[in-house]
Amino acid sequence: MRLVTVAGPPSCGKTSIIARACRQLQDAGTPCAVVKFDCLKSRDAAAYASAGIPVSVALSGGLCPDHFYATNLEEAFTWAQGTGAACCVIETAGLCNRCSPHIRGLLALCVIDNLMGIDAPEKIGPMLRLADVVCVTKGDLVSQAEREVYRHRIRQMNSRAVIRHINGLTGQGCQDLARLLALAPEVDSVTERTLRFAMPAAVCSYCLSEMRLGARYQKGNVKKAMFVQGLATPAAPEEDDDAAS
Amino acid sequence: MLLPDAPAATSPRELSLSGGHDKSGAAEKAALVFRVGEITALLGPTGSGKSRLLSDIESLADGDTPSRRRLAIDGRAPSDDERFALQGRLVAQITQNMNFVLDMGVLDFLTAHAESRAVPDAGAAARRVFDAANELAGEPFVAQSQLTQLSGGQSRALMIADTALLSTSPVLLIDEIENAGVDKRQALALLLKSEKIIVMATHDPVLALSAHRRLVFENGAVRHILNRSEAENAALARLAGMEDELARVRAALRVGGTIE
Repeated sequence: MRLVTVAGPPSCGKTSIIARACRQLQDAGTPCAVVKFDCLKSRDAAAYASAGIPVSVALSGGLCPDHFYATNLEEAFTWAQGTGAACCVIETAGLCNRCSPHIRGLLALCVIDNLMGIDAPEKIGPMLRLADVVCVTKGDLVSQAEREVYRHRIRQMNSRAVIRHINGLTGQGCQDLARLLALAPEVDSVTERTLRFAMPAAVCSYCLSEMRLGARYQKGNVKKAMFVQGLATPAAPEEDDDAAS
Repeated sequence: MLLPDAPAATSPRELSLSGGHDKSGAAEKAALVFRVGEITALLGPTGSGKSRLLSDIESLADGDTPSRRRLAIDGRAPSDDERFALQGRLVAQITQNMNFVLDMGVLDFLTAHAESRAVPDAGAAARRVFDAANELAGEPFVAQSQLTQLSGGQSRALMIADTALLSTSPVLLIDEIENAGVDKRQALALLLKSEKIIVMATHDPVLALSAHRRLVFENGAVRHILNRSEAENAALARLAGMEDELARVRAALRVGGTIE
């Protein structure tokens, strides 16, 4: 089965374009299945179901959604195989922009939209930087020049990804996206594969549902930030080295 | 995984669309040909198929769109690799969109755009676009203006100047430029200088007659293909004169003048 991971901020059009592209693949004879990882609730199952695509939604609830994703991936893969799918798409929520669900050796897709501000490609981090395909949606709402400058910013953050403009409302570009999905490598299992980017370390008192604020309630893996005196603007701190892939 | 790297986009001289069908399944009469340096106008009521044709070009139609047209570039169907390379780069569009959304100053934005094109002197290129936009816009704006604060006319003037001077896409699709709030004939002259294949949907008689060729749509397909005749050249000159007269009167009234 081919496996594709899809990540992107909330409401950027992930579900729309994946449902359309999977529909095209299915019509061309490649059965698909989608697993949606989300936090508290999700209505996306209905969107996939109405496109005729088998879908399973997994909600992380009280757990870190990225850790939840990693610990349920084998089961998700097995479920998708059980549907008879030849192509499985794992859609994850945008979450905190800190993480990336992408897996080495499999197809990794990032979706962002044209309305997010010129610095968005930089802010989004590893889910864009480590993607093989970047889909840009809502391009119909901005000018040609803005699309091109935005594309350039994406290129600066990710020098090798294929960048595609896709319209989730009209479906323009989804046929090409379906062709890209069909290029995903085929794998027998996800076991023993590695993530492209480490998940955040956790295990502090707040992981265990602590709600009170204050130093005396902070136990476990706690990190304190540096706050600068006065008006001087410090150089932006680089991201944690210990998270690098 | 690594996907195939896209080779540099080519610069076609001619596009053609053939094999089209209307909404009732009847075949389109002839292939539609578009050449560099020519303007083709698309005419017809809403829903008659103008937008379909524009998106057939943009999506490199391969018999896979509702019109079932196939796009040929310089006389032949693009290979898979060429389709891959051209995807998203073949076409620049000037739509009816009148606003910018990016949070940047005008000159910073133009410089960023020029840099993305690897133009040797991005600052100078940005300044050329800025000057051309100011010539088109009714009211001038300054280089430090925020994009989002420009008026509709200023935004369109900037989009048009930018497309004419900085875009490298070989095909330009224009949607109803007459609603832009800028001097439409001056805008068209600027765009024509950019050596692109120009396709323009319009309801404006002067713009329609300015085109070298007119495609008239009905029921989802092209019903008539008309080249501009001698008689129409004369009509165009007459109508353009009337527009100039209107513009003169408008300009005079705006500054408190009286009409003799």
